[in-house]
Amino acid sequence: MKSLNKFFLDIKPYFAKGGKLEKLYPLYEATDSFLFSTTKSTRSAPHVRDAIDLKRIMITVIIALVPCTIMALWNTGYQANSALVAMGSLPAGWRGAIMQGVGIDPGSILSNIIHGSLYFFPIYIVTVVVGSIWEALFNLIRGHEFSEAFLVTSLLLPLTLPPTIPLWQVAVGVSFGVVFAKEVFGGVGKNFMNPALACRAFIYFAYPAQMSGDKIWTAVDGLSRATPLGVMAQTSSQNPIAALDITWFQAFIGTIPGSMGETSALACLLGAALLLVTGIASWRIMLSMLIGAVATTIFFNLLPEPASPLYAIPVHWHLVLGGFAFGLVFMATDPVSGAQTQAGQWMYGILIGFLSILIRVANPAYPEGVMLAILMGNVFAPLFDYFVIRANVKRRTLRHG
Amino acid sequence: MHYLDIIFRSVFIENLPLSFFLGMCTFLAISKQVKAALGLGLAVLVLTAITVPLNNFLLNTLFKAGALAWLGQPDIDLSFLGLMIYIATIAAIVQVLEMVLDRFVPALYNTLGIFLPLLTVNCAILGASLFMVERDYTFLESAAYGFGAGAGFLLAVVALAGIREKCEYATPPKGLRGLGMTFITAGLMAMAFMGLAGMRL
Repeated sequence: MKSLNKFFLDIKPYFAKGGKLEKLYPLYEATDSFLFSTTKSTRSAPHVRDAIDLKRIMITVIIALVPCTIMALWNTGYQANSALVAMGSLPAGWRGAIMQGVGIDPGSILSNIIHGSLYFFPIYIVTVVVGSIWEALFNLIRGHEFSEAFLVTSLLLPLTLPPTIPLWQVAVGVSFGVVFAKEVFGGVGKNFMNPALACRAFIYFAYPAQMSGDKIWTAVDGLSRATPLGVMAQTSSQNPIAALDITWFQAFIGTIPGSMGETSALACLLGAALLLVTGIASWRIMLSMLIGAVATTIFFNLLPEPASPLYAIPVHWHLVLGGFAFGLVFMATDPVSGAQTQAGQWMYGILIGFLSILIRVANPAYPEGVMLAILMGNVFAPLFDYFVIRANVKRRTLRHG
Repeated sequence: MHYLDIIFRSVFIENLPLSFFLGMCTFLAISKQVKAALGLGLAVLVLTAITVPLNNFLLNTLFKAGALAWLGQPDIDLSFLGLMIYIATIAAIVQVLEMVLDRFVPALYNTLGIFLPLLTVNCAILGASLFMVERDYTFLESAAYGFGAGAGFLLAVVALAGIREKCEYATPPKGLRGLGMTFITAGLMAMAFMGLAGMRL
């Protein structure tokens, strides 16, 4: 490690201003700060005495995502294994060859995790590679430093995708999200929309056949199994909960079909705990989104003449199904695209909670609304901030003249 | 409930700038500051709220096929005059609005500048009237629609201005600064608004 450090210090002059490889400085800086702690220190006041920097914030978010990722690996494998055992067949292609060696057993944690990894990691690797190429291109040409934020984006995106999504669509989506939702604005902190969600929304609208429907949520060819929200949207029965073949506890733990990382409310809760304890995510956004969703659900429950049986879904189901928990913990709380003033965060969260439930129960076009609700929240967050700041300016002028 | 549905649809689902891309010139040009955008949005709101029902009234009493029956001339069809009449109504209302603003809110009058008279030929406002004709709205429906369409424009332009103020410190590549960035922002906003497409209340 020491010699490596020395090597990096030795080659530093080549990358410094005027050096031969000056253009590649961002690449050098990224590798260096990825391996070692930074040698930079501020020279003039103000000196902020805090160890928290962008790098540490992003790493904390990644640690908070670990339970969701493990759950994604396990549940993707578990869903596929259970389906395969029920059908008595083997997966096709190279995955089948590997799984034949491992054995298909929904009761075995190892078999589930390996099977899930065979679906998760290709998507993850494509995301990281394609996204990094775009990031590198922009950073090298524009002389920006690499930011750790992409590590978070590149982990969030695969967790919100179904396991069966074609890899080229992932590549197209990442390219769109990274370039148009982030890099053209000048990189991290200057965008207004969550890049991971922009990627997902782009794939969702561009290739609806591979992003919605019944066939995509379990990683088995030709198997049709809708997500619980999809099941409820299609049923004509007056009590949509009765149409589900799962219990509430299963939905809470996350052993249900869905996008890879979003199914488990429990894993999201663990992540939320870390984010709240470290103060990385805003508790105001989380709480207000929860309040918004609960209030909206109760409003729809109490409507005297429900236009659709979906109005009757009780609160405790809404909170554990679909991407609600995942969106609440990891997507809505993005400090860049969310509202920044405290009062603004309350309004932002309530708007997202309200829209999520509204789209779920009142929009027959989409069974799930959390992603779109958060995007709408992103669009209106700057406006909330604007009015909060205006109101504050007004109050202070009145007070101090 | 029916009227509320029309208003809701025209504000969120059939938003003039974000789902029909109407009124782009003013939408993109006057969205640098929230304050000016608010003024422009309100001007458009007032205009559509007045002109759409007014045009509806004129259409039904004067120049629809058979509309002149009350004069004893049921065979006259003046609907070929439609476009001209809509524009004339809009132009007249703009003129009145301009004089009112100049007299009572000179600050807003100055910010809107040339764009206020240009609202005469704003496609969002004419579009609202044409949608009214196409969808065969009654007078009350067209009043609700005119209000909703204007409110949708107001909402979209103010949200865009909020984002642009937030992105004041963004550093887009040189070629994209200004209008290019605004186009991309509007596109991303339109994507978010697609979440409400197909909503039924």
